[in-house]
Amino acid sequence: MKIHEYQGKQIIAKYGVPVPRSVPVFTVEDAVKAADSLMKETGVPVVVVKAQIHAGGRGKGGGVKVCKGLDAAKEAATKILGMQLITHQTGPEGMKVKRLLVEQGMSIARELYVGLLIDRANGRVVVMASSEGGMEIEEVAAKNPNAIIKQHVDPAIGLQPFQARNLAYGLNLKGAAAKNGANFFLKLYQAFVDMDAAMVEINPLVITTDDQVYALDCKMTFDDNALYRHKELEEMRDLDEEEPQEIEAKKYDLSYIKLDGTIGCMVNGAGLAMATMDTIKHFGGEPANFLDVGGGATAEKVTAAFKIITADPAVKGIFVNIFGGIMQCDTIAKGIITAVKEVGLKVPLVVRLEGTNVELGKKLINESGLAVTSADDMADGAKKIVALVGGAK
Amino acid sequence: MSVLVNKNTKVIVQGLTGSAGTFHAKQMREYGTHVVGGVTPGKGGTMHEGFPVFDSVEQAVAKTGADASVIYVPPPFAAEAILEAAHAGIRLGICITEGIPVLDMVRVNRALTGMNHFRLIGPNCPGVITPGECKIGIMPGYIHKRGRVGVVSRSGTLTYEAAHQLTQLGLGQTTAIGIGGDPVKGTDFIECLAMFEADPETEAVMMIGEIGGDSEERAAAFVKANMKKPVCAFIAGVTAPPGRRMGHAGAIISGGKGGAGDKIAALQDAGIAVAATPSDMGKTMAARLM
Repeated sequence: MKIHEYQGKQIIAKYGVPVPRSVPVFTVEDAVKAADSLMKETGVPVVVVKAQIHAGGRGKGGGVKVCKGLDAAKEAATKILGMQLITHQTGPEGMKVKRLLVEQGMSIARELYVGLLIDRANGRVVVMASSEGGMEIEEVAAKNPNAIIKQHVDPAIGLQPFQARNLAYGLNLKGAAAKNGANFFLKLYQAFVDMDAAMVEINPLVITTDDQVYALDCKMTFDDNALYRHKELEEMRDLDEEEPQEIEAKKYDLSYIKLDGTIGCMVNGAGLAMATMDTIKHFGGEPANFLDVGGGATAEKVTAAFKIITADPAVKGIFVNIFGGIMQCDTIAKGIITAVKEVGLKVPLVVRLEGTNVELGKKLINESGLAVTSADDMADGAKKIVALVGGAK
Repeated sequence: MSVLVNKNTKVIVQGLTGSAGTFHAKQMREYGTHVVGGVTPGKGGTMHEGFPVFDSVEQAVAKTGADASVIYVPPPFAAEAILEAAHAGIRLGICITEGIPVLDMVRVNRALTGMNHFRLIGPNCPGVITPGECKIGIMPGYIHKRGRVGVVSRSGTLTYEAAHQLTQLGLGQTTAIGIGGDPVKGTDFIECLAMFEADPETEAVMMIGEIGGDSEERAAAFVKANMKKPVCAFIAGVTAPPGRRMGHAGAIISGGKGGAGDKIAALQDAGIAVAATPSDMGKTMAARLM
């Protein structure tokens, strides 16, 4: 699960990580008010107006403006709020900006980077820091991997103060800045583990001219599997930032991801669902979605899945690919038949059934009178659906 | 021979009295697996579907001599269930549960350090089967047939797909291991590849990977340096968009890393034949074994 920058800052601030003063707003009027009060509080006539969307690269896309004076703040807020912000993470259509963060300006001496995530190779949390603040960590890793300082954390004892100091000294922090930096890392680690984060990136982390350390940005994502023990995060979910079909799918505990193609897929198992997309592409088609109905799906769940796929106007054909293990083929068949009765079927449908109760499943489909093309295996099914939607490109 | 499980393996079911535990315990017994009992704290001393129920894994091991445990415990309690099995002297823990928080698994793996009597398979996996001898998990038994190929996979249904094809082509399997789709897990490709290399009955290995992490790349380096037996592979997720979790918690391309292209290149560089589509997995193996 993703959240906005301002929400991430609220969370880490609770753990004592220093963040600049800021106010989240939804209107230009409130943005101006926020800028005015921030300028008065800090005595500095500078604020930063920042678009709040669930994607990185906002600065380069024109979604972050440093503003001197209230007029400039108003102009920036007017321009950014409602804009279709395009970054390298949004896709070409961009994302509409519906929230802003108005933040105090800071006198910055250095911009650094710190990120935390799970290092899968050794199954531990790793804290990564680099002097190249503002740069994507992947870019630093590619160009100058030695510039990244890493500390792996033993989960039994947590991030140790010496490790936090290693990070600070590794970044060439001195004196008060080193002490503040080490403190910053310890607190950020605590926020990461307590909140079951999947990733936290502070980019940039800034050292001010008076040796204070602040999180100038905060990108935080959470482990979906751990959300059950963080009910407080539920209200931070911004449904505007998610695909409506994906929200609908979540209600039924379906794993669905919208893609750009024309062939809707319904599959059981994540690996098989990915492999089905790959096979469609291999034969010249483009998948419209990833959809895993899961192992223990009921006919109701299958019906819901089918409706989600058919609700996508881009879908020109559907490929159902099932290898029944726990999932029984007759359950899938019943779900499809019910869904078609309820919402109709305006596009070609290819069904490949294999595994538990396959004969019963095929019989149900055949006797239903639905216009279904049967397939012998995954490749056969992919070829057939690609041909039915107008052939390979 | 085979790896991990055979006809002598005695299995207990943690979470026996839940719906998944009950259903699959019966399926395993039907297949011929020695399911010697189950564990549900508070229900010890009762019988459930003909299986004796124990309050703890320790009691179950003492009474039944079980050496393997299969875990169907819900996600909030699964990490602890794994540790209970390890501490009770179980040799092989197979955790089927999907949805365990990743930081729980980080702590579990740390707590298992030094417990060399115990191997964890999973979590979020279909289990392990040695056809004709022992099935532990949720895979459909009938698609498997005893044979020549070891199977190791991050994906459940793709394991079925591979096993089914190998069975149809008459190649069969020695043991099929689902290592699971989570980012932090008990056993990875390399350990399974090493077991198959050492198993006299296994003639070749089919490995099935997917996007996310670098397990496949590390496995490729291991194969190149240490394996004499032929290895074939399939990697799912060539079309997966970056930054999106494709069902499995571990299946995500992040920071430009973990894409299928890099994995396929690394595998091919190690002399591994990579099937172009999942329908070609069996054929690719058959060609290597000609």
